[in-house]
Amino acid sequence: MSDRSSLRRPATTATSGGPRGGGVTDDEQFAEAPIPSPPSQSAAKHGRLGDRVFAGFATGAGVFMVVLIAAIGIFLLIQAIPPLADNKASFLFSRTWNADPADLNFGVLDLLLVTVFSSVFALVIAMPVSLGIALFLTQYAPRRAARPLAYLVDLLAAVPSIIYGLWGLEVLAPALSGFSVWLNENLGWIPIFADGNVSAQIGQTIFVAGIVLAVMLLPIITAVSREVFDRTPTPHLEGAIALGATKWEVIRTTVLPFGRPGYISASMLGLGRALGETIALLIILSTTTQFFGWSLFDGGDTIASKIARASAEFNDPKAAGAYVAAGLVLFALTFVVNAAARAIVAGHKEYE
Amino acid sequence: MAKRIDIKDLNLFYGSFHAVDGVTLAVPPRNVTAFIGPSGCGKSTVLRSLNRMHEVIPGARAEGQVLLDGEDIYSAAVDPVSVRRTIGMVFQRPNPFPTMSIRDNVVAGLRLAGVRDRKRLDEVAERALRGANLWAEVKDRLGKPGGGLSGGQQQRLCIARAIAVQPDVLLMDEPCSALDPISTLAIEDLIGELKKDYTIVIVTHNMQQAARVSDQTAFFNLAGVGQPGKLIEVDDTEKIFSNPSTKATEDYISGRFG
Repeated sequence: MSDRSSLRRPATTATSGGPRGGGVTDDEQFAEAPIPSPPSQSAAKHGRLGDRVFAGFATGAGVFMVVLIAAIGIFLLIQAIPPLADNKASFLFSRTWNADPADLNFGVLDLLLVTVFSSVFALVIAMPVSLGIALFLTQYAPRRAARPLAYLVDLLAAVPSIIYGLWGLEVLAPALSGFSVWLNENLGWIPIFADGNVSAQIGQTIFVAGIVLAVMLLPIITAVSREVFDRTPTPHLEGAIALGATKWEVIRTTVLPFGRPGYISASMLGLGRALGETIALLIILSTTTQFFGWSLFDGGDTIASKIARASAEFNDPKAAGAYVAAGLVLFALTFVVNAAARAIVAGHKEYE
Repeated sequence: MAKRIDIKDLNLFYGSFHAVDGVTLAVPPRNVTAFIGPSGCGKSTVLRSLNRMHEVIPGARAEGQVLLDGEDIYSAAVDPVSVRRTIGMVFQRPNPFPTMSIRDNVVAGLRLAGVRDRKRLDEVAERALRGANLWAEVKDRLGKPGGGLSGGQQQRLCIARAIAVQPDVLLMDEPCSALDPISTLAIEDLIGELKKDYTIVIVTHNMQQAARVSDQTAFFNLAGVGQPGKLIEVDDTEKIFSNPSTKATEDYISGRFG
């Protein structure tokens, strides 16, 4: 309505100066119009109510999350305490695991070592490869190709981990069989390539599991690193280019230093994911009665795969509680890794 | 050191957009040439074409010749990286490398050129920082990050970084537009000293600055939005500001437009 009246208006206000003059008279007319009540009052009231409702909702959601986490933590602790009290072995330092409720004798150390060892191995493979992919996508690939390629990498994250497990067991393990044996025979004097407690040839080893884990980490680390590298400020890039830096030198002097904290925290995020990965490892790793011996050709179980493997037998609360205790260790471990990632990022704030 | 530049019929494009049309201009050595003109007239684009920074933007390209002491920097045999190593550039906003110390910032260009000798790098860092009138202020904190300096100090750090490699030419793209008047004065004084050794081309929006620091002024203008920018006239700075040959230049410098 007022738009239409302002269309007629300029004929009279044209002399007083252009569209801005027209706008003022338009406002005056709007205020004088009898039907719409002064908008300021009702809008303010409405806004205040909406504000209160939304603030209440947001606060509630935030509090709910904290309560939920605390409740989970307390529940786990309550479940874990009775079996820990009856445990004959040292929970943190024993390497045997016997969750028979009549003879509780369980320690988490062996599981913890396999968990950390396989995750770190996966990270060692995934970090450089992800860095390469992220640099290629942001710095080298032509813009038109970069986008679909990035989607493709992201798609890796959408593949269910059970598919990775099947692929690792049925495809990767046989394919790597010869290479595993070769590594074992020729580099066996290096402890991580020494004879393991399962067959390197069959390949239900940490070696194969770690490589599968690494593939699962690629999209996580790549996605975050790519975002960070893409945000390298243009003035820094131009500063390096204007000094006569080649492509690689530009990356080395500006993109990498700028993106380093993001890359490291992305890797930590990936590590957290690897530590908790369950089903792929459950499928690939062969169980063994022997202890973990620091070889990539060992089998065994991670904390998560051990819990999953036993989940069908959680009929006794004390036996289940032993696994809950192991789960708490995993929870603490991922918490520490995440805290470390945050600390690294916070420590590099001054460069942003 | 201090070479002359001859721009011959230079046309610059961003994709299909014709940004600068047929610029022909001579920049004598050991001399300050100022580029002035309204926003969008292509003066920064021309400046960036002088060390082949223009083509860094996707789709941007150049036609014509830019002769550095007679050698065309756009000839097919020339590597743009080596052009940039002999033609230094200072940007609108100070852009020291934030993860490097003050000293490492200054010698970054030398490092890129493969100089590893610590003693030599230290000498060059001191010489360049003295040359940029920054030595006294930073000599006790050479190991601290360059980002910790004030805006004006950062810009002088960038000038030190540019002159550390002893370039043939120094390009400055509105080097004072992000600085306060005192820092601006420090940079202008510095330009006056640097022209003893270097050929300097400076883009500025500030006509008083052009009048103060330059020996020669080139005025660029564009016929309208979407039209390519053109070089209207180039002459001694004194003549441009007292008795320009074209009406457009006179209108611009007297503040009637732009």
